[in-house]
Amino acid sequence: MEKLSFRLSATRPAGGTRPQAIVGVVASGNLEVLLERSLPPDICTIDIATAAHGFGMVWDAVVRDFVARRSAGGLHISVNDGGARPDTVALRLAQGVRKIEEPER
Amino acid sequence: MTQATANNVSLSWYEASARQRIDALLDAGSFAEFIGPELREISPHLSIFDLPEQFDDGIVIGSGRLDGAPVFVAAQEGRFMGGAFGEVHGAKLTGLLRASRALHQDVLILFDTGGVRLQEANAGELAIAEVMRAVIEARRAGINVVGLIGGRAGCYGGGSLIAGTCSRLIISEQGRLSVSGPEVIETNKGIEEFDSHDRALVWRTMGGKHRYLIGGADTFVDDEALAFRQAAIDALQAGRRCDLAVLQAEQVRLERRLKRFGETEDAVEIWRTLGIGNPTDIPALQTGAFLRAASGRENADDAR
Repeated sequence: MEKLSFRLSATRPAGGTRPQAIVGVVASGNLEVLLERSLPPDICTIDIATAAHGFGMVWDAVVRDFVARRSAGGLHISVNDGGARPDTVALRLAQGVRKIEEPER
Repeated sequence: MTQATANNVSLSWYEASARQRIDALLDAGSFAEFIGPELREISPHLSIFDLPEQFDDGIVIGSGRLDGAPVFVAAQEGRFMGGAFGEVHGAKLTGLLRASRALHQDVLILFDTGGVRLQEANAGELAIAEVMRAVIEARRAGINVVGLIGGRAGCYGGGSLIAGTCSRLIISEQGRLSVSGPEVIETNKGIEEFDSHDRALVWRTMGGKHRYLIGGADTFVDDEALAFRQAAIDALQAGRRCDLAVLQAEQVRLERRLKRFGETEDAVEIWRTLGIGNPTDIPALQTGAFLRAASGRENADDAR
């Protein structure tokens, strides 16, 4: 496993009030994303454990793009990756912020 | 009290994730997870092999309501390591079953598994044994333990043994139930015995229709979450015993079944013996027509 950690400043706080959300599964070409609302609203941290070594620069680009484009402030995001492509990663991250915005039942 | 309404959306059970299945099965908004992913109770073994971990170790457990009735539920994620049983995965299910006995609450197990996780085989085998014991102890205390089978990974290996201890089994055509999987049989007995690439052979030997016809499953449903939900509601009404008389009756039934079908070479021969007019049509039949054709099936008496 290669472990990567990012701590980024976020311009927009995550919507909704759910304390956490999870999307995806760990499988070949797939990943799970656990989002926890546990940080100041202008910070987003992302911890990644990936089976595919040597793609740190790609992850850097994907997570920076994600935090710039989505409302991710206040979220501590944990990723278990089974070798997903960057577009799949971007999709799961976007699904995650959408899910944590959903109204609580 | 939570209103007993389903999440009224069409959802393929086969395609859905473990979490989607739970949401679609239980009354809307009623599920509360135990030992959720945020607790990170991950496998202690996978990192030794440098393999990816999943925060819930491939099984989601918790409590909820089914048509208003409180139930415990466990759902395996077949896409994570084939839904296989490891140490933590098995311990979560064992704990849930023990809680069901202590709190006298019925259990639904949403199987989606290839059996024991080979990277933690000893722990996985022990987990299977512990789960089977916990199922029997719960059933002896009058708890219904209902198995639902219709996932991508099927229900194989130790998972099929656990299914064999359940009070009732609900299966879809896509659900496969067998101790040894197709590749295992081919590897051990040769391609002449079982060609694992022959999908039609796999489905007619292990698939839901055949299991239902020979009494290996109690209820046959469409690959649809609401169909599984309704079948689960009905299964909890049954209230089956688990005692010596039931097991002896099951032994008699299995001996009779072996005598009746033991010499057959293929599932189609069994279906013909069951009195089905056009047995080769069975795989193509829609649910309604299939259930009519299956009226003379072997009975399933909830002990298996």
